[in-house]
Amino acid sequence: MSAFLATMNPGLLLILAGVICAFMPNQRVRQVLTIATPIAAFWLLSGAVQEVDLMSLSMIGVDMVLYRVDSLSFIFGFAFLIAATLNGIYALHQDDRVQDASAMIYSGAAVAATFVGDFMSLFVFWELTAISSVFLILKTGTRAAYGAAMRYLGVQVLSGVLLLYGATQLFAVTGDMSLRSLSLGTDAGTWLLLFAFGIKAAFPLMHNWLQDAYPRATVVGAVVLSAFTTKLAVYVLARVFAGEPILIWIGAIMTVFPVFFAVIENDLRKVLAYSLNNQVGFMVCAIGVGTHLALNGAAAHAFAHIIYKGLLFMSMGAVLYRTGTTKASELGGLYKSMPWTAVFCLIGAASISAFPLFSGFVAKSLTMSAVLHEGHLIVWAMLLFASAGVLEHSGIKIPYFAFFGHDSVKRVEEAPFNMLLAMGLASFICIAVALPAVSGFGYGMFYQMLPFPDAARTYQPYTFDHILTQMQLLVLAALAFVLLQRFNLYPEERPGTILDADWAYRRAGYGAMLWSGAVWRKAGPALMAVWQGLWHRAYERIEAAFSPQGVLSRGPLTGGMAIWVAVLLCAVLLLSFLS
Amino acid sequence: MLETIVSALPDLMVANAAPLLVVVPLILAGICVFTPNGRTAWGLTILGSVSSFLCALILLLQVGTYGVVSYHLGGFAPPLGIEFRVDGLNVLFLLLVTGMGVLAAVFSWPTVAAEIRVEKHRLFYAAHLICFTGLAGVAITGDAFNLFVFLEISSISTYVLVALGGTRDRRALPAAFNYLIMGTIGATFFVIGVGFLYAATGTLNMVDMAERLAVIDAGNRAVVAGFAFIMVGLGVKAAIWPLHQWLPNAYAYAPSFVTMFLSATATKVAIYAVVRFGFTVFAPEYTFETLNITYVFGPLAMIAMLVCSFQAVFQTDMRRMLAYSSVAQVGYMLLGIAIGTSAGLSAGLFHLVNHGLMKGALFMAVAGVVLTYQGTRISDFAGLGRAAPLTMTAFAIAGLSLIGMPLTAGFQSKWYLLQAMLDGGWGLAAVVVVASSFLAVIYMGRVLQAVFFQAPVNPRKIRREAPALLLIPLWGLTLATLYIGVQADWVIDLVQAAAQASFVPGGGIR
Repeated sequence: MSAFLATMNPGLLLILAGVICAFMPNQRVRQVLTIATPIAAFWLLSGAVQEVDLMSLSMIGVDMVLYRVDSLSFIFGFAFLIAATLNGIYALHQDDRVQDASAMIYSGAAVAATFVGDFMSLFVFWELTAISSVFLILKTGTRAAYGAAMRYLGVQVLSGVLLLYGATQLFAVTGDMSLRSLSLGTDAGTWLLLFAFGIKAAFPLMHNWLQDAYPRATVVGAVVLSAFTTKLAVYVLARVFAGEPILIWIGAIMTVFPVFFAVIENDLRKVLAYSLNNQVGFMVCAIGVGTHLALNGAAAHAFAHIIYKGLLFMSMGAVLYRTGTTKASELGGLYKSMPWTAVFCLIGAASISAFPLFSGFVAKSLTMSAVLHEGHLIVWAMLLFASAGVLEHSGIKIPYFAFFGHDSVKRVEEAPFNMLLAMGLASFICIAVALPAVSGFGYGMFYQMLPFPDAARTYQPYTFDHILTQMQLLVLAALAFVLLQRFNLYPEERPGTILDADWAYRRAGYGAMLWSGAVWRKAGPALMAVWQGLWHRAYERIEAAFSPQGVLSRGPLTGGMAIWVAVLLCAVLLLSFLS
Repeated sequence: MLETIVSALPDLMVANAAPLLVVVPLILAGICVFTPNGRTAWGLTILGSVSSFLCALILLLQVGTYGVVSYHLGGFAPPLGIEFRVDGLNVLFLLLVTGMGVLAAVFSWPTVAAEIRVEKHRLFYAAHLICFTGLAGVAITGDAFNLFVFLEISSISTYVLVALGGTRDRRALPAAFNYLIMGTIGATFFVIGVGFLYAATGTLNMVDMAERLAVIDAGNRAVVAGFAFIMVGLGVKAAIWPLHQWLPNAYAYAPSFVTMFLSATATKVAIYAVVRFGFTVFAPEYTFETLNITYVFGPLAMIAMLVCSFQAVFQTDMRRMLAYSSVAQVGYMLLGIAIGTSAGLSAGLFHLVNHGLMKGALFMAVAGVVLTYQGTRISDFAGLGRAAPLTMTAFAIAGLSLIGMPLTAGFQSKWYLLQAMLDGGWGLAAVVVVASSFLAVIYMGRVLQAVFFQAPVNPRKIRREAPALLLIPLWGLTLATLYIGVQADWVIDLVQAAAQASFVPGGGIR
């Protein structure tokens, strides 16, 4: 590998390919680019020397580190690159320049952000993820999608602005721009940063953009979006605020509250969006605990989550692509026409529910053990409840209502081959990283990649009590679902709108805006008339003075200027004699 | 790289760079008159400018090595003999004048051929070379009276050059006349001032004068009067508000080539003389503490920045607009000087260099449009972005630099200036700088909007670029603007050396 390539942030490669995609009319070339570039980027990453500033520059007094790899960023970047490759395969069937370019630049920005070493560059790529990804929602083309895209963009840009503000605040106090571990409470800058990360990680009450935007994205768009934004935020939280106690509670609440929304929601992609929220909660909680074991858990969970959440979104995307809907009330019985998709969806569901032998199990065990080990019993109970909830809404509800349940009599084709291939690869990874007892393969290899491999090596996920606890939980939760369904007590799937915290700004805020609009319509014209009158007068005065026909340009030039010379001479003389 | 260029030049030239810089173009000017046609004269002009530019490069290298280069004309030692004296300050101006001279000379032929009558081509180039000699001479000489002589050489030839615009527009004649009267008043004031100083010190050599002034009583009336006359006289030449009124008309009606060359060099050289007298001949403490020149220059600079920017906003003629903007920009430079600190002076000089580059590029692009579409009103520029994309892109970049867009030279020097202001405690001036930049957004924005977003008024405006001879120097200047915008260290080193040199009485090492 040449010296230049060795110091090049792999994200930049993806961004470059994305820019090329934007201008490339030929679909074949774009197909090659979307798959080959992430692989080439991985090749670059695998050759990178760790814990060294590989690419840095200095601008207006700020030292920027553009490429720095360590064990924490490596696993996130690796997961992002796998996701980018799978997304590329998943999108092969569609001929859409905008989505290809958008997805590439977005993935590239997320990868690049993972490997930067200072807040300034982080801000740049942070905003780039927001701006490049909005097209994945816009391309749906509906009015609702447009509204959601604009709200998404607004919230994401706000997050970036808070990040910049917090970072500069911090820079002003400490003079250090580098991306480093901070503790809350010392000054306002750190809190601003927490807010910025919190928006992107969809902390409770800041989460609505996620459920708003993701279900309205395109088939491919939702898959792409699910992988990067929140996990980037998780990575940055792990880097900056690891071991911050407040995160434990934020994470715990975050795991619990989406369960209720997910259970009653009808749109299955929105169910997945809520469950995404809940999963990120586990990671945030683990980061809050902050021990080596917990951070391993967060990273492992993020890695596994990127794959299985992508898999679930892929299967729902395939359903949407074939049937045109993801409403639970309109689906059911699809296993007959889409058997492969159903199998892959079940694998994804098993992974997210943390069945033993699936990736969720080996990842989540780390977090749960770490929480218990540090003695947070209430939190542990909350996480346990949330795990049951995950099984309820993602593990059972998604496959049951889409592929089984009451037959919707929809008879459609199986998903296109490229989609099946992407789902198959994702399913393979879900199982491969979780297999026990295969040396050089399975979870042993997976744990080797974690930020603290030493702590991971001693950890055993497949102990008797782990499996027993998990199976008890799963079986009882499944039993509850069966019973509720049997006695028709399970919340019925029907179309409707669920009120969430975004009511505050989408209804109340909108109402206030309508009201102020009405007031403005009455009082506005009068105010505007006054303002315009003033402005006109001022303009006329200014023009009378400065225009080519104006006072300043009139009169005999030579004479006027000769007098000015004399005046100025007098002024200089007077001043010097007086002083 | 500089060393390799210089080592390739003949020893005679290296040894006598200072006098050759002035003498070669002067002699070539004489030869120009007797050449058979304009094209030959053009060739000689390029030859003269290039040779002077090479001399300036040699001097830059020598100043870097020795600190000060002194050449005694005719072998008569100063203070009695005339001395050419180059230090960190004036080598910067020599580079600017000769460098812009080369670019101007290269691009001149198409516009001169179009705008000047054939039988006057030779004389035109002769006058231009004399003007060039004069400006270079002002920057190089170390003798106060000799400076006056060179100032007059350049001024008188400039009057002729401006008047030659009369072929295209008769209003050039009253403009030249006005300029002649005003320029003569300025020169007279200057020479009166030098007279006072001669009476007080008995010497004309600037270094000697500085030494003698240092021991004269600060309240000496003759010295104070000399100072006032010199500053006001040079103020006319430098177009300091309100002594700028000769400039808009002269720039607007002169031949395009003359406007471009003068805007990049003439006022700059006058500002050099202000700095030379204000900092080297008179000690900075005397200028700023005893005589409080800050209270004259500071307000005038700020008024210029606001008033002339407003006037630029309302102009309908492109070249008049740029001319008013030039007066406003002189305000920036003067403001930097008026702070009286080394940081302020180097910021002012930095802006001066950048302004020379970008205003040169702007006027060059306008010259291209005059050549291809025969119009200088802003409405004539409508839709040209599509008709002449190369010319107009360069114009737009230079215009953005004038506004002070980041990544352009204009941003770098304005930023530098703002920092100097804030360090010196001049908060109000910093506000004025920003306000004036905002006005620049309006007047340049208006033009750029017409160029790129309006439909062409004239349906004949099919795609027609300026000739390559014009585009090459134009893009050279534009790329230089962008380069300085990204990587300004080289220029900053130069201007800081210049600022330091001007704080040493006599300049550099004695």
